[in-house]
Amino acid sequence: MMRAPGPSALRPVPRGLFSRIADNETLLWPALLAPAILYIVLLVGLPFLLSLYYSVSDVTVASRAVNFVGLENFRRIVESATFWTALRNSVIFTIVSQFFVVVFANILAVALSADFRGKWLVRLLILLPWVAPISLGAIGWLWIYDSIYSIINWTARAVGILGPNDWPIWLGQPVLAMASIIIVQIWRIVPLATVIILAGLSSIPNDINDAAAMDGAGFWRRTFQITFPLVMPITLVAVLFGVIFTFTDMIVVFVLTRGGPYDQTQVLATWAFFTGIQGGDLAGGAAVSLFLFPVLVAVAILFLNVARRTEVT
Amino acid sequence: MTILNRRQRNIARAGGRAAVLVFFVTFLAFPFYWMLITTFKTTNDLHDTSHNPYLFNDPPTLEHLRVLFEDTQFVQWLLNTGFVGLAVVAITLLLAVPAGYALARMTGAWGQTLGIAIFLTYLVPPTILFIPFARIIAVLGLQDSLWSLVLVYPSFTVPFCTWLLMGFFKAIPRDLEDAAMMDGLSRFGAFVRVVMPVSVSGILTAIIFAFTLVTQEFVYGVTFITSSSSYTVSVGVPTFLVRGDVYFWGSMMAACLIASVPIAIIYNLFVDRFVAGFTVGAVK
Repeated sequence: MMRAPGPSALRPVPRGLFSRIADNETLLWPALLAPAILYIVLLVGLPFLLSLYYSVSDVTVASRAVNFVGLENFRRIVESATFWTALRNSVIFTIVSQFFVVVFANILAVALSADFRGKWLVRLLILLPWVAPISLGAIGWLWIYDSIYSIINWTARAVGILGPNDWPIWLGQPVLAMASIIIVQIWRIVPLATVIILAGLSSIPNDINDAAAMDGAGFWRRTFQITFPLVMPITLVAVLFGVIFTFTDMIVVFVLTRGGPYDQTQVLATWAFFTGIQGGDLAGGAAVSLFLFPVLVAVAILFLNVARRTEVT
Repeated sequence: MTILNRRQRNIARAGGRAAVLVFFVTFLAFPFYWMLITTFKTTNDLHDTSHNPYLFNDPPTLEHLRVLFEDTQFVQWLLNTGFVGLAVVAITLLLAVPAGYALARMTGAWGQTLGIAIFLTYLVPPTILFIPFARIIAVLGLQDSLWSLVLVYPSFTVPFCTWLLMGFFKAIPRDLEDAAMMDGLSRFGAFVRVVMPVSVSGILTAIIFAFTLVTQEFVYGVTFITSSSSYTVSVGVPTFLVRGDVYFWGSMMAACLIASVPIAIIYNLFVDRFVAGFTVGAVK
């Protein structure tokens, strides 16, 4: 489409309003930025403010008029037992899954940092859970956790871990269901964390390790005293993204359990959905979803700190 | 305790690495392997608990694929996804390419600050915004319409792609434009005629990401769309094929596999750039 013209082929620019903007950087930059910023303000900023307003109103899907009701919605929420279950589950879901993600991703990244044959295939397979749409991946797990045909149960029985009368219903008992959900979230985030940490590992100059090896530091000592401190900042970045993608996620829970059995696996995001969208109580849903916000702010501040610190050095 | 020689240590380390990789590949790729097996097994074979589920006890069948393509709206969902994806990519490029370039070339602290601010909006999750959006979409009369998705999806593709493109444009030397401007082009003209042609790979990356982010989206889709003919793939398969008591596992696994593997392979080619976008500033 675009010819790459030689310098002499370039036509002189006609003068006019357009060309004045096109040549003046103090006008051009705002002009180029304005459409994107406007879109973001209208489709992220405005809905967010609306969400704040809805949380102190009585808005429903069908209502015409919207009235201010103060903190009524929040009072209703904190009196419902399901909210506390959802809050507790969100915290457990995030902390437990991210703990395993950090451990697994660091181990996997170290294993992947060496060169070996067939590495591209291993990488492709490892990345699958992150790059495939999670709602479809979760459907795959729904089949794996099936109450009658679970492949996990069949295999465990075949190798003798499960006795003839044991047949766990993975998604049917609250604690097991929560564990199943956490496993899927670990499965989904480990690939992302691994490639982020891998990027950090590859930025550690080899000569640091070589010099340490020369001085007699063994593999473990080098790992703990050189590699780990150096990958700490990048691991923190991986954790920040992991926390956001986990704490605010509703897909895994929605597909696997719909929050059941008896709302025992609800998290804040699914509870906001069931209250606000399926129940039509937009005000209540908005109030629930706002409990996601403090974590978001905390993560954003940490992220900015990491960005600033690395800029200085 | 014996002192291992260098060769033994190397073998031990390679063995350890192999064990780690086997464990994680099994954990991470198993669900997809399981989808593949399930897709081609007869329903009878799937439902007989005395059968070894890892093997084909009956001959493989294409029946599940036939059901998926002929008796469900799967093809429609694929088309819907393609339509929304293309429309969102167009909007995203129109907004993010100029913005990314401006951020890359702005001097002073403003460019950096604005860039980070825009990236942070990418982190505002759909689960905070979907409640107000449900009403906005209703007021606009877009419920059940694919246009609702076309309108809302750029709210996360634009911030991400702007950030990504900013990185790309920063890597293109300013001298290139300065030379073109000496030859009589305006700053904007230099951007369109000199910078854009050498940024094809960056723009291609932005296209791939905008498209894959669309195919992965679930929350807005399930909020705005209620009639099955307007679903995208990532919403249609989990909501429509699971409804009711009868689970068509074979067809569902086929749908998951068909929709996710091409996306996964394309995405995989660009994943390093994606990670670079996530870690700009944290990795030098």
